[in-house]
Amino acid sequence: MAKLIINQSKIDNIKEFISICPFGALEEAAGEVRVNAACKMCKLCVKKGPEGAATYLEEKVEAIDKSLWKGIAVYVDHIDGEIHPVTYELIGKARELAKKINHPVYAIMMGSNMKDKCKELLHYGIDKIFVYDFKELDRFKIEPYTAVFKDFIENIKPTAILVGATTVGRQLAPRVAARLRTGLTADCTILDMSEDTDLIQIRPAFGGNIMAQILTPNHRPQMATVRYKIMDAPKRESEESGEIVFCNIASEHLKTNVEVLDIIKKEKEQFIEGADVLVVAGRGVKKEEDIAMLSELADLLGGQLACTRPMAEAGWMEAKRQIGLSGRTVRPKLIITCGVSGAIQFVAGMNHSEHIIAINKDEKAPIFKVANDCLVGDLYDIIPGLIEKLKASKGA
Amino acid sequence: MNILVCIKQVPETNKVEVDPVTGVLKRNGVSSKMNPYDLYAIETALRIREEKGGTITVITMGPNQAMSVIREAFSMGADKGAIISDRKFGGADVLATSYTISQGIKKLGQFDLILCGKQTTDGDTAQVGPEVAEWLQIPSVSNVCRIKEIHDDSIIVEMDMTEDIEIAKVAFPCLLSVGKDIFTPRLPSFLKKQASKEREITVIAFDDLEDKNEKHYGLNGSPTQVQRIFPPEVNSEQVIWKGNGLELANRLYDKLEELKLV
Repeated sequence: MAKLIINQSKIDNIKEFISICPFGALEEAAGEVRVNAACKMCKLCVKKGPEGAATYLEEKVEAIDKSLWKGIAVYVDHIDGEIHPVTYELIGKARELAKKINHPVYAIMMGSNMKDKCKELLHYGIDKIFVYDFKELDRFKIEPYTAVFKDFIENIKPTAILVGATTVGRQLAPRVAARLRTGLTADCTILDMSEDTDLIQIRPAFGGNIMAQILTPNHRPQMATVRYKIMDAPKRESEESGEIVFCNIASEHLKTNVEVLDIIKKEKEQFIEGADVLVVAGRGVKKEEDIAMLSELADLLGGQLACTRPMAEAGWMEAKRQIGLSGRTVRPKLIITCGVSGAIQFVAGMNHSEHIIAINKDEKAPIFKVANDCLVGDLYDIIPGLIEKLKASKGA
Repeated sequence: MNILVCIKQVPETNKVEVDPVTGVLKRNGVSSKMNPYDLYAIETALRIREEKGGTITVITMGPNQAMSVIREAFSMGADKGAIISDRKFGGADVLATSYTISQGIKKLGQFDLILCGKQTTDGDTAQVGPEVAEWLQIPSVSNVCRIKEIHDDSIIVEMDMTEDIEIAKVAFPCLLSVGKDIFTPRLPSFLKKQASKEREITVIAFDDLEDKNEKHYGLNGSPTQVQRIFPPEVNSEQVIWKGNGLELANRLYDKLEELKLV
């Protein structure tokens, strides 16, 4: 058994030794150092303490035979056969990973009336698509979906499984991982494959300030979830390839204590705080009517329109759309500021946005200090052309 | 109704640094608080108790200091509290953590409803709740944004699926993890705090658990291993674009494509 052992005789300065632990797991009791329940087994005390003061006793565990597990599988996330785009992004990644170790790519799809709907997957270079088509699987229910997933894993033995970090994926993947007694890494942003088929999983930790590289070295399958829009989807091939395999499962595995009564479309988020994309109108907008142009751009990008304080004060836009210290604080994935100079009060409400694109005529505008992409130019020269292009791409 | 709420103590801020030489986390002197999502779970439990009656127990796992989040739950109105604490649980990943919690829950007894916050702000995985449900062999629903109806044998909830809402009826016993939209958490009450000052907190250590195989806990019971941690590449580089309106429009379009918005 892996253990941390403290050798009291090797510790000269107890206080100094205790201060090594960032988690407060070392404490003094009756002149001795003790390890408490805050210990994360990070082994810092072993590395940084006086030699022999803390030793880590590792026990050799029996190594599993990794060659018994072959293939990279992707869970097909869908509602009524409408496939969530994260699925294609994961297929793209799975193909890349599989190529490195010469493994096949699999997809697993479960649902009801899937016979035709699963055919779309044939255009994405998957080797085998395993389909469980049963009326009990019409909607996501945690128990039968987990049972089906387990059946797939036990029969096919994929070395790695990628699941989209959707609402469904984020509860199905952990449930399956626990049932298979294996490891699962959430929200990976980078995935790679090593020669010995260990999946290299990298994810942000502690609010994204630190990246952690995680392995599942002695368990199979290795499971990871990935959020939407992290990986790149492959191009849809016009030719079909691969094979669809319809799978069977005993009806006793399809029992459930969850009854899905309905699925309803959500009302569109109307608050600027909830939007992934924001287009911001600043004083560079000359007339009230011109706001319609920025509103159109926001719509085309699936985002919301926001504004600076002067625009709200002029009554051109509603106060609830105002960003800044006297307005709302936003943190969208993308913010495009149009004719915004970037006063401190405004910047304080948006400088944590993931990506900032600023359009301003004045090269010296303070907004360019926080922007990632600084477009020096007139919004009236740039936006109409962009809208044109966006419309053309939607029409295509 | 017998309700259990799983709560966790997390660091006050996420601002941590990595020592560039050793690659080790610098975390000295960080103060702690209750995981903010857990406040929603506690509030949900209080509302259900108001309607249906019953007892609310809170459970946490961690070092002794984590008892302060149980005290906080008491001052919001929870009835009982337990902490699972042992150095043998150190270094646990999601699988070992969820297993340890499920063992602790079994020790406490039977519950009709187990509530969790959607995720923690330090681990950020949202995985422990569903894994606990698996170990206990009960159904679970994550991302619950509304409780519609509570019956004697089941509960009807709305699950937030980003673009859709799924309405599901789940039989008791079950586990729900709740999001921020469910209720506004109440503030702790000073009177309740005073009244619960002396209330005993159950301590559950390794020796109290039914499964005493050390291989199932802590680092030993964890399939995933953190190989290394490193600071993220900061993309603070600024690009300045100049040109005529059309050139800039085209370049902006390409950028939007790169950002996967087209």
